[in-house]
Amino acid sequence: MKSDKITKYTLFIASLVILFVSGGMVFSLIGGSIPAFKEFGLQFIFSTEWNPTEDREAYGALPFITGTMFTSILALIICLPLAFATALFIAEYFKRSSLASILSSMVDLLAGIPSIVYGLWGFYTLRPLMIELGWSAQGYGILTSGIILAIMIIPYATSLSAEIISMVPNELKEAAYSLGATRMEVIFNVILPNARSGIIASFILAFGRALGETMAVTMLIGNANVIPKGISGVGNTMASVIANQFGEADGLKLSSLIAIGLLLFLITGIVNAIGKLIIKKLS
Amino acid sequence: MKHIITLLVIAALFVGCQGGKKKNSSATAKKAEKVSALTAAGATFPMPFYNLVFKNYTKEKGILMTYGGIGSGGGIRSLKDKVVDFGASDAFLSDKKMADLPGEIVHIPTCLGAVVIAFNLPEVTDVKLTNKLLEAIFMGKITKWNDKLLQANNPGVKLPDMPITVVHRSDGSGTTYIFSDFMSKISEQWNMKVGKGKSLKWPTGIGAKGNPGVAGTIKSTVGSIGYVGSEYAFAQKIPVAKLKNKAGNYIEPTIESISAAAKGEIPADTRVMLTNSDDPNAYPISGFTWIILYKNQQYDNRSEAKAKETVKFLNWLIDADAQAVASKVHYAPLPEKAVKRAKAILKSVTYNGKPLAE
Repeated sequence: MKSDKITKYTLFIASLVILFVSGGMVFSLIGGSIPAFKEFGLQFIFSTEWNPTEDREAYGALPFITGTMFTSILALIICLPLAFATALFIAEYFKRSSLASILSSMVDLLAGIPSIVYGLWGFYTLRPLMIELGWSAQGYGILTSGIILAIMIIPYATSLSAEIISMVPNELKEAAYSLGATRMEVIFNVILPNARSGIIASFILAFGRALGETMAVTMLIGNANVIPKGISGVGNTMASVIANQFGEADGLKLSSLIAIGLLLFLITGIVNAIGKLIIKKLS
Repeated sequence: MKHIITLLVIAALFVGCQGGKKKNSSATAKKAEKVSALTAAGATFPMPFYNLVFKNYTKEKGILMTYGGIGSGGGIRSLKDKVVDFGASDAFLSDKKMADLPGEIVHIPTCLGAVVIAFNLPEVTDVKLTNKLLEAIFMGKITKWNDKLLQANNPGVKLPDMPITVVHRSDGSGTTYIFSDFMSKISEQWNMKVGKGKSLKWPTGIGAKGNPGVAGTIKSTVGSIGYVGSEYAFAQKIPVAKLKNKAGNYIEPTIESISAAAKGEIPADTRVMLTNSDDPNAYPISGFTWIILYKNQQYDNRSEAKAKETVKFLNWLIDADAQAVASKVHYAPLPEKAVKRAKAILKSVTYNGKPLAE
């Protein structure tokens, strides 16, 4: 009885810590970004000007917001068919075969590679390839970053989707087969409707990862503080500009960087909320 | 359940120990007369030089010297937060910035460096640039290597039909400050549209982090051009452009041409930019790099021994032994005048009202 109580309190305290940490984070982000919003108002979100020179200081987050959205959406588009196909392969077509287990451990391995290593690979392997293919003059930009991001988020989308697909009750599938359904029909009429919300959730989680990814993107996006001119144009993302500039920043610039952090936090929060809403609607 | 409790207890003990240790070590540092370590942080531009001399000093005197290359701004902030014994910056602090710090600080120049214009072209290693061309390239008005104006200025060289990719710093930097200070002096357009500062609103180009990042990006991007601390270009064997100086001569960045930039008058506090020098042999984008420290070394729990050791080290750093090391890594040693000024400044550094220099 006594140990039961202790467990209860320990768990309660542990969850309280999480609450405090995230609450404190929001609090300090808001506190830090007040000077920027006071100075620029809502214009901070819609302005494309990012000028840190003394006496001409003006900061706007739009180039970074568009850069983040462009790269992440591109990554999601590239990741979608690949991750979905792999998940089906692992969890349905070759379920419990050695091929599937090799594949799924490879996918898990991808998830474990540090971001900086993806960046290096992108810089020295992917970028020259992009130049050779003529897709981009110098290999830097939205497209290259999007591809790298796609590779980075595939494991998250894949392993979660595979998990959910494999959780579809066997009875349902067997029933469909016994009615004479083909494999394709089982996938599209039984598995997908059952696993739909979980699969969507896994892609939203992957999208959230892409939004906040920093290091690999910094190495490939070109770090130009402008709205990207098309898919092969250079740009910058919210996470990347913070990583690049906070070291030297003070005063209004520091506050603007924190404000960008707050916006990134909000965008990620909104994406998650939309995800939850979709799941609720579908299940 | 038992496990969880044991774990928590261990964690608590661990945290407790950590805290205890910290207190102990600061207490002993205060008492002990012997100083075992000095910490500094700041500019990456002089880092190759500092790394070498700091190591030498550690070997000679047995004092562990650590330098964190976190950027000039980071160096200033670290000094402000009093987490380092001294900071390092490539841009001197303006009067306004100095007033922001909790105490009066002094600038000690440690060597001269150049910001070079490095480029990457197939089979071309010799490019001459005028001020007008620099302005046009870095403002994005000339976008091709075989541009008429650029080709006309380099008659002996066949420049390729290739887009120019400007590479600049994505982080704030003293190197950028020196470069933009020069650009603002030579170009009205630049001064109006871009200005000078540690980070800028770039009209063109891509950004890379840190001097090593810019050098690496130039090295792996054909058709690129960018500005970088000289040692970073030389170490990676990246070709650099000859620049036309104020007197009209094309000058390569060498130790002699960098030294020549410091031949003019140096103010008593050594806060001076040396870019666009009048000297006919001077490389135009040269500058001092500084160590900054508090004039009154008695702050927080700082011991007198530590303050003394700091000043002793800085005196050593501007003396012949350490200065000789500078040229090994392509920095120019301080000219006589600057050393004299620096020594005088070090004499003004005090602890408890008494000067620290011997």
